[in-house]
Amino acid sequence: MNERSEPVGEGHMSDDHAHLSLAVAEADGDARWAFGTGFTDPLHGVDTAVPPTVQAPALAAYCLALGDDALVSAQRLGEWCTRAPELEEEVALANIGLDLLGQARLLYTRAGQAEGGGRSEDDLAYFRDPSEFRNVRLAELPNGDFAFSVARLLVLSAWRLAVFERLAGCPDPVLAAIAAKGVKELTYHRQYAADWVVRLGDGTEESHRRMQQGLDEVAPHLGELLTGETAFGTGAAPVADELTAVLRQVADAAGLTLPQTAPLPGSGRDGDHTEHLAPLLAELQSVARAHPGAVW
Amino acid sequence: MTTTTHRPATAGADPQLQEHFDATIGADQRIEPRDWMPDAYRNTLIRQIAQHAHSEIIGMQPEGEWITRAPSLRRKATLFAKVQDEAGHGLYLYSAAETLGADRDELTEKLITGRQKYSSIFNYPTLSFADVGVIGWFVDGAAICNQVPLCRTSYGPYARAMVRVCKEESFHQRQGYELLLTMMRGTPSQREMVQDAVNRWWWPSLMMFGPPDDNSPNSAQSMAWKIKRHGNDELRQRFVDMTVPQAEKLGVTLPDPELRWNADRGHHDFGTPDWDELRRVITGDGPCNTERVARRRAAHEEGAWVREAAAAHAAKQAAREDAARRNAALGNAALSHKDGETA
Repeated sequence: MNERSEPVGEGHMSDDHAHLSLAVAEADGDARWAFGTGFTDPLHGVDTAVPPTVQAPALAAYCLALGDDALVSAQRLGEWCTRAPELEEEVALANIGLDLLGQARLLYTRAGQAEGGGRSEDDLAYFRDPSEFRNVRLAELPNGDFAFSVARLLVLSAWRLAVFERLAGCPDPVLAAIAAKGVKELTYHRQYAADWVVRLGDGTEESHRRMQQGLDEVAPHLGELLTGETAFGTGAAPVADELTAVLRQVADAAGLTLPQTAPLPGSGRDGDHTEHLAPLLAELQSVARAHPGAVW
Repeated sequence: MTTTTHRPATAGADPQLQEHFDATIGADQRIEPRDWMPDAYRNTLIRQIAQHAHSEIIGMQPEGEWITRAPSLRRKATLFAKVQDEAGHGLYLYSAAETLGADRDELTEKLITGRQKYSSIFNYPTLSFADVGVIGWFVDGAAICNQVPLCRTSYGPYARAMVRVCKEESFHQRQGYELLLTMMRGTPSQREMVQDAVNRWWWPSLMMFGPPDDNSPNSAQSMAWKIKRHGNDELRQRFVDMTVPQAEKLGVTLPDPELRWNADRGHHDFGTPDWDELRRVITGDGPCNTERVARRRAAHEEGAWVREAAAAHAAKQAAREDAARRNAALGNAALSHKDGETA
């Protein structure tokens, strides 16, 4: 597990995120648009043929599930835009959303290659129905308050980081490259979420109450991640152990309790979703589906 | 009265200070935060920079509406990044205002209680995804025309902020125009969307340069102080001249029957914007004024408990560190006392 520094204080925090992103703009020039347009391709020079030792349908399904987690999470983070509690948080939440959107695009592209039917990232994002999505249900739940959103972000980013660290050595070179790039991003996401869980847990009576409630609300969804199927050498038990250890460490630092809740039955990985996924996708897909044959 | 919590007093200032200030402006040099400056100069700048910061923050809303609906993942990422840049610009500008003694919380308070304004352009609705492209092309384009001269404005921190902002906005303009070029190569209904958005945004964009110079009360003083370096009409003309060939290349019609090249002037002639409409929108009667401010207010008020928690945590953390230091010091003292006894 990566080292976590002490949560940074508010005074320090008010400078950093905006200036970081502004500095990135200056240093990278056009690469600023990496997430959108002219990007430094993390797959540059990587052979995209599926290696003979890798089962293509399993690879496609796995990339799709990880891509769906990322897209659905990015959509929820996009909903925070113009609604965040502070401008620094506008910038930070958008950063995280953009990282996840970037991961979704790479994973969908890989899924399309592995399934061999020629579907593009946009085909997979915009022209599948809710029952075909394989994201965990935790990702699709509405944003709730800021405490719920950071509790969810902590869980999802800690889980995803544990998985990506292991996938960086997986037999598919493309998925390995995507995971290696994602590790750096997810390390920041987890740190950001952990810092806020600690601030809110420690802050005021109200923030403590809300933060505890946020943890209580994500707890029944942990089962989906802890017992979910794994693939390509990620190993369910070590990932589950790492996630549990991170959550315990953060909850301790925040003075909060990790609730022991029975997991909800079913899993988004099998296509079982809450009532919240269909409206999320209806919005996401609305313009693309309203204009058949259009180019964007 | 503007925010004046930690600004140096200037009442009864030494006439030499005024002379020095005038000489600095006269020599085209920069005024910096620690320099003496007249109250009126300071207040004008605080108002202008705050309005500019507010415009960036409110300006996130019309386009931000489309992040969740952008029709391709590439456009979604581009738009998300653009709106994020606007939040960054807002932060940067609020910081510039703080160098003049203003306080971001108080400026935000003024925005959400309607006591300070923002650019009237953001009070128009975004009705289709083509609006995202047209805003990039027109609104960022007009903002660039307005702001490039501000890179040489007389107040240092504002000028430096503008260099960064202009660079990013030129990205945004290119992104917007490129979206429109793509849509114009698409289906007939996409081309109609683009033309419709052009029709709706053209006149409000021309109004972004403010009222005509002969009806712009604050302009003369701002020009004298070199806060502002060009008149509203000159900048508006520059924008029109720049945009006409771009519209031709794109294949859209700008909705002004009077628009034509004037070889004698070496500029395009164009019609008169509806200044009554601008007055209405500025005074609060635009199509979206109420909802824009309400959204900003709701975010601020609903986030109060988060900001309070962060402050409380920081204070507790500082107190804990302080206590730990004192305990350590006590421990050391006890230890050296004990050493003394043994010696």
